[in-house]
Amino acid sequence: MRALRCLLLIGVGACASASPQTTSKPAPRDSAQADVARGGTSVPNADPFPSTYVPFASRTTVIRNVNLLTAAGPLIRNGAILMQNGKIVAVGATVDAPSDALVIDGGGKYVTPGIIDDHSHLGVYAAPGGNALSDGNEATNPTTPQVWAEHSVWPQDPQFPRNLAGGVTTLQVLPGSANLIGGRSVVLKVVPGRTVQAMKFPGAKYGLKMACGENPKRVYGSRGGPSTRMGNVAGYRAAWIRAVEYRRKWDKWNADHKGDPPTRDLANETLAEVLRGNILVHNHCYRADEMAQMIDIAHEFGYKIRSFHHGVEAYKIADLLKKEDIGASIWADWGDFKMEALDAVKANMALVNNAGARVIVHSDDPSGSQRLNQEAAKAMEAGAEIGLPVSEDQAIKWLTINPAWALGLDDKIGSLEAGKNADVILWTGDPFSVYSKPEKVWIDGALLYDRLDPSEQWRTDFELGFVPFNRN
Amino acid sequence: MKSYIFRISVAAGLCLVALVTHDANAQTIAITGGKVYPVSGPVIENGTVVITNGKISAVGANVAVPAGAQRIDATGKIVTPGFVDAATQLGVQEVSAVNNTRDMSARGKDNIAAAFTVWEGLNPNSVLLAPARKEGVTSFVVIPTGGLISGQAALVDVVPGTTTDMVIKAPVAMVAEIGGAQEAGLGSRGEVIVKLREILEDTRYFQAHRDAFDRAQTRDFSTSRLDLEAMIPVVEGRLPLLVSVDRESDIDAAMRLAKEFNIKLIVGGGAEAWMMADKLAAARIPVLTGAENNIPDGFEKLGQRQENAGLLRKAGVSVALIGNAGGGDEEAFNVRNIKQEAGNAVAYGMTWDDALRAVTLGPAEIFGAADRVGSLQAGREGNVVIWSGDPFEFTTRAEHVFVRGREYNDKTRQDMLVERYRNLPGTHNTPTP
Repeated sequence: MRALRCLLLIGVGACASASPQTTSKPAPRDSAQADVARGGTSVPNADPFPSTYVPFASRTTVIRNVNLLTAAGPLIRNGAILMQNGKIVAVGATVDAPSDALVIDGGGKYVTPGIIDDHSHLGVYAAPGGNALSDGNEATNPTTPQVWAEHSVWPQDPQFPRNLAGGVTTLQVLPGSANLIGGRSVVLKVVPGRTVQAMKFPGAKYGLKMACGENPKRVYGSRGGPSTRMGNVAGYRAAWIRAVEYRRKWDKWNADHKGDPPTRDLANETLAEVLRGNILVHNHCYRADEMAQMIDIAHEFGYKIRSFHHGVEAYKIADLLKKEDIGASIWADWGDFKMEALDAVKANMALVNNAGARVIVHSDDPSGSQRLNQEAAKAMEAGAEIGLPVSEDQAIKWLTINPAWALGLDDKIGSLEAGKNADVILWTGDPFSVYSKPEKVWIDGALLYDRLDPSEQWRTDFELGFVPFNRN
Repeated sequence: MKSYIFRISVAAGLCLVALVTHDANAQTIAITGGKVYPVSGPVIENGTVVITNGKISAVGANVAVPAGAQRIDATGKIVTPGFVDAATQLGVQEVSAVNNTRDMSARGKDNIAAAFTVWEGLNPNSVLLAPARKEGVTSFVVIPTGGLISGQAALVDVVPGTTTDMVIKAPVAMVAEIGGAQEAGLGSRGEVIVKLREILEDTRYFQAHRDAFDRAQTRDFSTSRLDLEAMIPVVEGRLPLLVSVDRESDIDAAMRLAKEFNIKLIVGGGAEAWMMADKLAAARIPVLTGAENNIPDGFEKLGQRQENAGLLRKAGVSVALIGNAGGGDEEAFNVRNIKQEAGNAVAYGMTWDDALRAVTLGPAEIFGAADRVGSLQAGREGNVVIWSGDPFEFTTRAEHVFVRGREYNDKTRQDMLVERYRNLPGTHNTPTP
């Protein structure tokens, strides 16, 4: 009953992404601050809004008698997993349960890594919506690398706890797709926090949202441009030309500290960090021909595109994506809502997967994000129908380790392996069944959602009084 | 976005029941051995469904296969009626961002477009019809959107030909959107009800004083003659008023109005309908809603939850499942996903049988077409789907889809694209049929 609203959301809200740089250790705060004192911050790992995330209280937990889809190897039937001090300690047919461990009998259910959505607008387009909460597109200029999505995120967005209940433990929040260059993304843990800093994934790299095609030219066509696709490309190139020059000046000053530092510019600071490889590019782009052009632009200026988002025509250039090692963050079955989405096919994921490129199931939607497992399942069936069956062992990667890679976090999250963060879902059944739901969700070993226990179900401040969750 | 002035080409209020044309050479088809869900009756293990001349002629466990019938072995399969999507813009919207492919909204006068018959803009050549049918949707209700009174909805089958060929029944409902005063061009919720009351009273008065009207001896009316004509079946209780409404208080207001004017009401959307499930059941008001949305994504939908459909059904409300999650699931492109909606309804408390009913016989009953579609019983249209398994599961495929007794397995545009790019760099020639 709501077709019009969808159009508006997709038209302006959708699409963006790029996520910050991550190092396994916290950024070198002292040296960065020393640079600030000298008048410069245009250096790798400058981190003016540092994460204050602290893992929630956890206890040593063993889940036994479960089927584990690890995203790191074949299904382990009737196996077990041990979580301790926020990390996965052991995964296998059996694990040794420490004496203090809480032992959960999984009763033959399934365990997977937490789901990672690399394309979210939670917090920047918060519920209940409306202009007051529309903070995703700085649609005042087609090139706004100076804006950071985290400064728009409302931690009390009631969509966060629903995402968690859908098994999403990490998400990349992106600016929208109105702009050629939309700004920095932020990678969040899906946890309650008084501040966005308390949700930020420690050490995660920033991303940069770029957007191709219809959205920028539609938004700016009557406002000074760009009004064409060729105008879009001229806009990207002009921005990167400025960024190359800026980076050169700052790299020189950072090396010799001679004289006054160059003038700081927030826009170019972000782009220079992309050129240095410290910020990952997440490029909204639907059409095959445009993706190929964006790859050429990346080559021209010496940066990498980490993942194309939406890419409804990724299947037409799956070989190119494989060759360039670029991810395809895509939907199972969205399409048709605009001309550049016209050639969407349900077999997109299966075809890209078959070409050996990296499939990532993304949402760009607060509702779809809660059921990314179902999106993957639809795409699996579309593959089977054309003779390209996809195993559950492979499809779980689309939901976990592949998006972890897209965020530069595949050394920390995205699979059930010893040493990884204990972001874990216990499902009520096979996660690729329409009837299955996350029963329990752990982040860094802490139980943050329990479908069976209302006291373990996070409610945002906004919901109190407004949402009748106690009424039946 | 409402940039059209519509030509009204069907007399308002006229109930048009199409004469369905059947292929004179249609074969007799016998589907044997399957687990048959007639929906109108209990499940039949190892059942037979016979379709003759486009209509279902027999359903049962001990049905003889007519001589010369084309036999389809459905052993191990599930056989159901074709699915009915109860609210979509399929066929009246091709590409939502391309204005001249959007024909679901009338400008009307003062946001009143009761005379607007949305099916006049239906495009039987839409490339989105075949993908819906391929996944088991054989009928749908095309509904107008926007304004205060959006216009009239129609129930159609997904068959090739003209709109005339497709229509099962038109109109099946008058559609109004009363959840937001702004969209109706009014100042507040209460004023929306005032405006509706004015239209309903004017309709009654107009009906009783037609001659005076024609002599220009009546007072001014709130809307045009054609709109008032179109509203007559509504005030007579013959044509249901489908109100798109979410907030509990708005549903309640609609119910008061319906009672006052003795109108048959259908609630569409109904995010907070679960809060008053007992009252809706007592008033026998059906609800069209989904099972995937739990986001308080508007102050009128703070109580939205995935259990809505299940709770309503449990209370005895007649429910049809529609896409409600936004973002794309309810777009014409994804009418095919009502089976996913049904699966989620089950995951959130609806019984499996009720979910099947909510995508077949439920909508057919709600829109007064249960004698035509929605169940497997003799005399109904031959709209039948043979599924490889549980129709709500992702691993299941609609292996055979019959509409009015003819099997469709034509390639969709999406199939042709896949074929073209299956092996890169792909091909560029005309696809084989």
